[in-house]
Amino acid sequence: MEPAVPERQGLYDPANEHDACGVGFVAHVKGQKSHGIVEQGLLILKNLDHRGAVGADPLQGDGAGILIQIPDQFYREEMAKQGINLPPAGEYGIGMVFLPQEAASRYACIEEIERSVQAEGQVVLGWRDVPVNRDMPMSPAVKAKEPVIRQVFVGRGPDVFVTDALERKLFIIRRRAANAIKSLKLKHGQEFYVPSFSARTVNYKGLLLADQVGVYYLDLQDKRVVSALALVHQRFSTNTFPTWDLAHPFRMIAHNGEINTLRGNVNWFKAREQAISSPILGEDLKKIWPLHYPGQSDSASFDNALELLVMGGYSLAHAMMLMIPEAWEKHTLMDENRRAFYEYHAAMMEPWDGPAAVAFTDGRQIGATLDRNGLRPARYLVTDDDFVVMASESGVLPIPEKKIVKKWRLQPGKMFLIDMEQGRIIDDKELKDSLAKAKPYREWIEKIRIKLDEVPAAEEKTEAAAASLLDRQQAFGYTQEDIKVILEPMVNNGEEATGSMGTDSALPVLSSKPKTFYAYFKQLFAQVTNPPVDPIREELVMSLVSFIGPKPNLLNTTDINPPIRLEVSQPVLTAADMEKLRHIQKYTGGKFRSFELDICYPVAWGKDGVEARLASLAADAEDAVRSGANILIVSDRKVDENHVAIPALLATSTIHQHLVKKGLRTSAGLVVETGSAREVHHFALLGGYGAEAVHPYLALETIEALAKGDAAKADKFVKNFVKAIGKGLMKVMSKMGISTYMSYTGAQIFEAIGLQKAFVEKYFTGTPSNIEGIGVFEVAEETIRLHKSAFSDDPVLANMLDAGGEYAYRTRGEDHVWTPDAIAKLQHSTRSGKYETYKEYARIINDQTKRHLTLRGLFEFKPAGGPISLEEVESAKDIVKRFATGAMSLGSISTEAHTTLSLAMNRIGGKSNTGEGGEDAKRFAPVKGGTMLSDIVGKTRIERDIELKDGDSLRSAIKQVASGRFGVTTEYLVNADQIQIKMAQGAKPGEGGQLPGHKVSEYIGFLRHSVPGVGLISPPPHHDIYSIEDLAQLIHDLKNANGKASISVKLVSEVGVGTVAAGVSKAKADHVVISGFDGGTGASPQSSIKHAGTPWELGLAETQQTLVLNRLRGRIRVQVDGQMKTGRDVVIGALLGADEFGFATAPLVVEGCIMMRKCHLNTCPVGVATQDPVLRRRFTGQPEHVVNYFFFVAEEVREIMAQLGIRKFEDLIGRADLLDMRAGIEHWKAKGLDFTKVFYQPAVPASEPRRHAGEQDHGLHKALDHKLIEQAQKALEKGQKVQIETPVINVNRTVGTMLSGEVAKRYGHAGLPDDTIHVKLTGTAGQSFGAFLAKGVTLELIGEGNDYVGKGLSGGRIIIRPHPDFRGQTVENIIAGNTVMYGAIAGEAFFAGVGGERFCVRNSGGTAVVEGVGDHGCEYMTGGTVVVLGMTGRNFAAGMSGGIAYVLDEDGSFKNRCNLAQVALEKVAAASRQPANEPMHRGLTDEDQLKDLITRHAEYTGSARAKDILAHWDAYREKFVKVYPHEYKRALTELATAGQKEAA
Amino acid sequence: MGKPTGFLEFERLSEAYEPVEVRVKHYKEFVSHLSDDAAKVQGARCMDCGIPFCNTGCPVNNVIPDWNDLVYRGNWKQALDVLHSTNNFPDFTGRICPAPCEAACTLGINDQPVGIKSIEHFIIDKAWESGWVVPQPPKQKTGKKVAVVGSGPAGLAAAQQLARVGHAVTVFEKNDRLGGLLGYGIPDFKLEKSVIDRRVAQMEAEGVTFRTKVVVGGKDLPQGIINDAIEFVSAEQLNKEFDAVILAAGSEVPRDLPIPGRELKGVYAALEFLIPQNKQVAGQQPNPINAKGKHVVVIGGGDTGSDCVGTSNRHGAASVVQFELMPMPPEQENKDLTWPYWPYKLRTSSSHEEGCSRDFAVATKEFIGDGQGNVKALKAVRVEWKDGKMAEVPGSEFELPADLVFLAMGFTNPVGSLLEAFGVEKDGRGNAKATTDGAGCYATSAAKVFAAGDVRRGQSLVVWAIREGRQCAREVDAFLMGTSNLPR
Repeated sequence: MEPAVPERQGLYDPANEHDACGVGFVAHVKGQKSHGIVEQGLLILKNLDHRGAVGADPLQGDGAGILIQIPDQFYREEMAKQGINLPPAGEYGIGMVFLPQEAASRYACIEEIERSVQAEGQVVLGWRDVPVNRDMPMSPAVKAKEPVIRQVFVGRGPDVFVTDALERKLFIIRRRAANAIKSLKLKHGQEFYVPSFSARTVNYKGLLLADQVGVYYLDLQDKRVVSALALVHQRFSTNTFPTWDLAHPFRMIAHNGEINTLRGNVNWFKAREQAISSPILGEDLKKIWPLHYPGQSDSASFDNALELLVMGGYSLAHAMMLMIPEAWEKHTLMDENRRAFYEYHAAMMEPWDGPAAVAFTDGRQIGATLDRNGLRPARYLVTDDDFVVMASESGVLPIPEKKIVKKWRLQPGKMFLIDMEQGRIIDDKELKDSLAKAKPYREWIEKIRIKLDEVPAAEEKTEAAAASLLDRQQAFGYTQEDIKVILEPMVNNGEEATGSMGTDSALPVLSSKPKTFYAYFKQLFAQVTNPPVDPIREELVMSLVSFIGPKPNLLNTTDINPPIRLEVSQPVLTAADMEKLRHIQKYTGGKFRSFELDICYPVAWGKDGVEARLASLAADAEDAVRSGANILIVSDRKVDENHVAIPALLATSTIHQHLVKKGLRTSAGLVVETGSAREVHHFALLGGYGAEAVHPYLALETIEALAKGDAAKADKFVKNFVKAIGKGLMKVMSKMGISTYMSYTGAQIFEAIGLQKAFVEKYFTGTPSNIEGIGVFEVAEETIRLHKSAFSDDPVLANMLDAGGEYAYRTRGEDHVWTPDAIAKLQHSTRSGKYETYKEYARIINDQTKRHLTLRGLFEFKPAGGPISLEEVESAKDIVKRFATGAMSLGSISTEAHTTLSLAMNRIGGKSNTGEGGEDAKRFAPVKGGTMLSDIVGKTRIERDIELKDGDSLRSAIKQVASGRFGVTTEYLVNADQIQIKMAQGAKPGEGGQLPGHKVSEYIGFLRHSVPGVGLISPPPHHDIYSIEDLAQLIHDLKNANGKASISVKLVSEVGVGTVAAGVSKAKADHVVISGFDGGTGASPQSSIKHAGTPWELGLAETQQTLVLNRLRGRIRVQVDGQMKTGRDVVIGALLGADEFGFATAPLVVEGCIMMRKCHLNTCPVGVATQDPVLRRRFTGQPEHVVNYFFFVAEEVREIMAQLGIRKFEDLIGRADLLDMRAGIEHWKAKGLDFTKVFYQPAVPASEPRRHAGEQDHGLHKALDHKLIEQAQKALEKGQKVQIETPVINVNRTVGTMLSGEVAKRYGHAGLPDDTIHVKLTGTAGQSFGAFLAKGVTLELIGEGNDYVGKGLSGGRIIIRPHPDFRGQTVENIIAGNTVMYGAIAGEAFFAGVGGERFCVRNSGGTAVVEGVGDHGCEYMTGGTVVVLGMTGRNFAAGMSGGIAYVLDEDGSFKNRCNLAQVALEKVAAASRQPANEPMHRGLTDEDQLKDLITRHAEYTGSARAKDILAHWDAYREKFVKVYPHEYKRALTELATAGQKEAA
Repeated sequence: MGKPTGFLEFERLSEAYEPVEVRVKHYKEFVSHLSDDAAKVQGARCMDCGIPFCNTGCPVNNVIPDWNDLVYRGNWKQALDVLHSTNNFPDFTGRICPAPCEAACTLGINDQPVGIKSIEHFIIDKAWESGWVVPQPPKQKTGKKVAVVGSGPAGLAAAQQLARVGHAVTVFEKNDRLGGLLGYGIPDFKLEKSVIDRRVAQMEAEGVTFRTKVVVGGKDLPQGIINDAIEFVSAEQLNKEFDAVILAAGSEVPRDLPIPGRELKGVYAALEFLIPQNKQVAGQQPNPINAKGKHVVVIGGGDTGSDCVGTSNRHGAASVVQFELMPMPPEQENKDLTWPYWPYKLRTSSSHEEGCSRDFAVATKEFIGDGQGNVKALKAVRVEWKDGKMAEVPGSEFELPADLVFLAMGFTNPVGSLLEAFGVEKDGRGNAKATTDGAGCYATSAAKVFAAGDVRRGQSLVVWAIREGRQCAREVDAFLMGTSNLPR
């Protein structure tokens, strides 16, 4: 039997698999066991079913399971049947074991287990075959992998007296047996797996559908199987491969989310192996290594680590706090002891960072915790009969409302623990306070923490360099652009420079210019399976704190004399810092000792010298640490004419990895002193490969030189630079969803492009590199070339740096795909209609025999048969239907440019894309000939008119839904042929965007439903997509809104994108876009444009291979984009697996773009990418030109098809066998490339589709809305009022959306008159209740809602009030989940209870009244009105630029929880006293609208709170705080002034 | 990067010209460069394009956005360094280059292009005035000797580059003054000869030896070529004495008009008029041809023709008519289809402004004599062009009085005997055959003999000659030393 997950093949790598899931538990607080709890656990699973996914076969899920306490009586009776008498409960343990089907291997495994039991001095009591239901329908693939499931019963040995000791022994036995079986290297050994091995818990899980767990495991049906807890989990994996072991729960946890820092965490554990010892485990500790196996999932690895900590003596809660600490670094409100606790532990272990809701249990306690940013949902309730139910969503168990005493949620960084032995719930505060006070952490911290800043300044002066500044700059590859584009903006503004229009320069491995080694690495980023973080607006979770020096012993739980540590607040060190470190022994009384490793070597040794030099550096580092050095300084300061510096990144990684392998890494800190680091990417790489701090001496000297001797200026420049790098690092980290530099250090969140695999494996172990390339000697060669030219007498380099040409074209600078001639020929050809001129253009782009630029430039076609005549090939007019233009918002480009594209695409039957800025509804209807563009859009909004033809349409077929949700109304959605969820953008994957206020014109404000002049922020993540099952939910929501539109998900190429695409296909997307990293942008940080993501050739090939391998390809369409320019590009895209093609930059060039790369400055001189009316008048693009372009491209495609002998375009798709690497590549770097993996085709049956061939089943027929629509017919058709009543449960998701789609189709955004359709629902609504609810529809819910209530609210009204039976106070109980009213446009909502985190995020115009909210309330809000009648969480109003929030601040503490960066807090004045001359929100005084809203809240929900406030109005009014965004106030004032002027 | 919004705020400002009535009275330059402030403003108009089309539009690939920015910021000296890094003689190009860079300027798509040439002119004049242009003698000598035949812009550029890396360079010039066409062909009112002289002085200080009045290769030059040589050096001699030879002798043979009456007195090749004029201005012997009070017809509508027009007007000609065989180009090009390339359009030079009537699509059929061997009129006919073919318009013949006729119809090829003397293979047009890219570029078929400038590419712009001279120098340096640090 083959392993379930396929081996690495082609670009597919099982290491990239992701999963996420639904999690839940039910427990009895007093520990009362019952079979009912098991049954309820299984019921939770069923009700979380929609959070899982099924693969190609509906019978194949991704796994599910249930972990319970050992039902002693049951096993006792069962084992008695075998004649085995079990010892008393707690004196034996049960191992639940998955064994290979193959008999010999199975026996070998059994033997090893028994051997381990004996070796550890315990007793094998016997084995039990776990009875399973063989008749249950099961997918053949799952069946084929079904293990033999047995339980082993282990009794305690004579030396073991208490259960805790037995538990530890069982742990050692399991590790020992697993390591032994691993070392047998059996083919079937991989099927061996131990779901649990404990004296307290037993775990029933498997590759089962959620509702199959209880059916499959017959034990679970037995009434004698009783437990006081049931921990359940339903998995959603990105793949469809049958794996039994990856199902949750694990032995101690069930996890929903993703650990982003996994690689670093696992490496750091490896690094600790030699350095840690455990007073509790003693010698046994050695038996457990290695703790992690390659290829384990993040959850499994987390479980291993947690288990070790617990076995090592930490309490469960303590261990969880260590692994997932709260965001303590910037938490000013945190209790001092607790902060000290976290700070103390921060040095012990880096956080396991990423979105996570982790439920955990050791059989005595059960609890859950949430990551620091609260990125997963977890709701719980407590009943009056001591039951606690916690789950990813509410309503998973039918519990009568009258029994419930508390409904709440897990909050970011918070923990919730039930101690069943104590019989009580321990809340976060009590739990953490008691741990924080257990030891004098505050005192310790003060004694042992040395902040580098506080170390006295070193007396020593930095040694003068042996070479001139210029020579050294040149040796490290500085160009004039490094000064002008990189450094100057940083030193002037304290942040990284912005650029635009993507990148089209040669890949480093193809470049003929020497590149820095850093350039070969690309940053990885989060998409779909985990969310990026907003490092600016959510800075409170970010931290750059770094510890330099040895890490304390992780398992020394009994420490009474903790070691000292050296702390820096951020990792960029100045020269003064460096001198302190160099002489740290002197300044810390010998507590630290630093040792310098000189990474320069004589240039005379040549490139061959590098390998040995690296080896000796590693050895020197090891010696130094062994002889007591605890800070290693990796330095290239000694570079001079005769000594070349090994690239610092290479040296750092070599040393770091060597020390990790030797288990010495945690014994010393690693500081890099290098002349090479100057941009954010460099620092990120050095950190990512192990540096705890970096001293960029040459960048600092360069900066000081820029100050031209002005010391104060130099000082400011340095400060700004350090600040800019810090901000940039946070951005790079947050792109991957990582919040702390500590866990980023060594996390290797990169992939290499153009580096030899063997080289990477040796020096950057674990980093993906898929197309081979240069090795260590070529790297050295490149360095030496730079070095030599630096010290040569080259006249051009005598007084100045090389010009560069990477960021802007320069003759003899770096090569670019777009050349002046290419642009000229493209424009001339499309304007004149001359195909020959187009061919000249195509030749410049396509022919890369002399200039090497792109990977595809190195491909050539390998026809399988003879050529055919051109007439036989599919027509161009059919081919162009596969073309789309890119997602460029009206905002990033001008109205003229935007409409020209839509006209052209509609003329050829292709698709244009709205981009993320909404679309004018006036564009939706077809037009009559002779109409002018300005007749439709409005005279004042058009600067250069276009005459339209009959049948023309301005409607963009693709409507984009991005994180900002600007203009995403129901009407917008129903007018789409395709709805595109933008997960990432090639130019800045993992980042948000910002449209500054001055660019928000009247028209853009109108389209985005915002106030002109007020800045708009697109958050980095979609706040309704933190994981793959969230994406499935959004797809479901959008499909409900418009069932006819195909739902597309846009991803960016990076290693692992194929796996994400497979997940996307399983999440029921109809369409997926793979974008290259090089795609255009209106504005993006330079380092993101250049260094994040990969060329589409790689991502597309990986996607095709993974989808085909998973049998998921047929049901999804694949589109590729990213610098798509010619027919040859299209054909290569098709051969690598694309059905469709996106073009953006090229059509813009056709419209007149000349690659100014000034989009971000709003100064586009040809009127394409600007909003300036004066410049827009210069626009000359015409739809005809764009039409010409696409037909030319199609014609070129046809010519190539004829040459390949292929008649139908669809027959090209996925035929990677028709591609080959061009022969005779002589370029010294490029010749090492190998595209075998890119051209790989997985071996699947011929019947398996390799292109789009079928449709997804969206399961829309199950929607409750069908019933609503039926009952609302009179309203829909005739506008008559209707009342509908219905029960609702959590599996009824997206209620009201389909109905709203019907309203919007008929009545547009204006909808129906208020309350025409009134739906009264009772129960717990599923996710996305009332999403995109249209005007005229009221949803009145009696009960509670889950996440995403009122998402995209488009005018409807939502009322949620508690069931009358529920006894809890509204202000103390949760009534709606997270991310409520995300992206609301209009409408109102009233919640008689507390909402979750991120309430009203990105609200553009919705009104809400709520009685309390979680963290990040009103974040990024641009309009609307929010009233909070209770407590708020932290970071309220972050990034809020518009609208108003009124918060009832009873104790005056609100200001501490509000992010005051963009808002002012004001009092709510009495209506009579509000100054008349000040502009008013919605034209009402604060008092009037506040009182009105509260009155209606009371009316709609019956809220006692509201009534009380109204009853004591004057007293309460005083306590309200008005949250007033500065920008909004300014814009209102300006609008008022403009209005007055007009009136006058 | 200049001022991001500069192009929206500031208008293009052209350099100031002396009024026609003043300037036609002398032979001095009449263009004054921009003031410091004006230069900054003009620099601010540069948009610092992501793709600066000017950079490729310029044959020497001047890094225009960079020095525009430096000028905007007032960093004149640094601007000079950047300018000099691609162009040895911005003082020449800043005066007489037709500025293809400006045709390629992106601002020119829908506005007046950046005044690149005026800024270049400003930078270099500022530099000379400030004493920033100093000799850059090599740190050490290589011991290699290079001969450069011809002292035009290609030869000078090559010589300067090579001298600066330590080669012993000798420039041979058959005439008595240096500069080739720059020195003799172009009138002083466009390029004062002191501009060349100071460069020559700089080069001498850098180690270049100049030998004037020495003709190399062949002694017998075709008619119409001015030759002051008093000394002859054979190809063999040069090959023997030097490690490498660069032929940079230009493309001097004028295109003739072999029609009846060509032999008449008063019908001259343009250079027969222009070179003596320059000598006269330089204080040497007076120009034997005098246009004062005469009816002048210039045949040929190019720059040389313009120079004849300007010189004739300064002489005080009674009338000046310029013929062009091609039809009148459009006044404004269709930028949609031409930009960023050099557009075909009507160009009016400063000489035209000084008084001249231009006639297009006209072919000269015959020169009519006065019976005493002097030309007195010419007969011409109107022509029509269709699909690149010319046809005379029947019945359109006309006569025009002409006391002086200057033939300025371009130059066909270099003096053949020079190439033959070195045994250099010619291309189809009679130029020295050599490539400009890849291995062995600029090398001729003859061992260690290189060719650059018009001698290789045929008649062209000064700026192209400088480019070729520079690139050729790099190849020669690499040929002599194995590698070269000289920029291309």
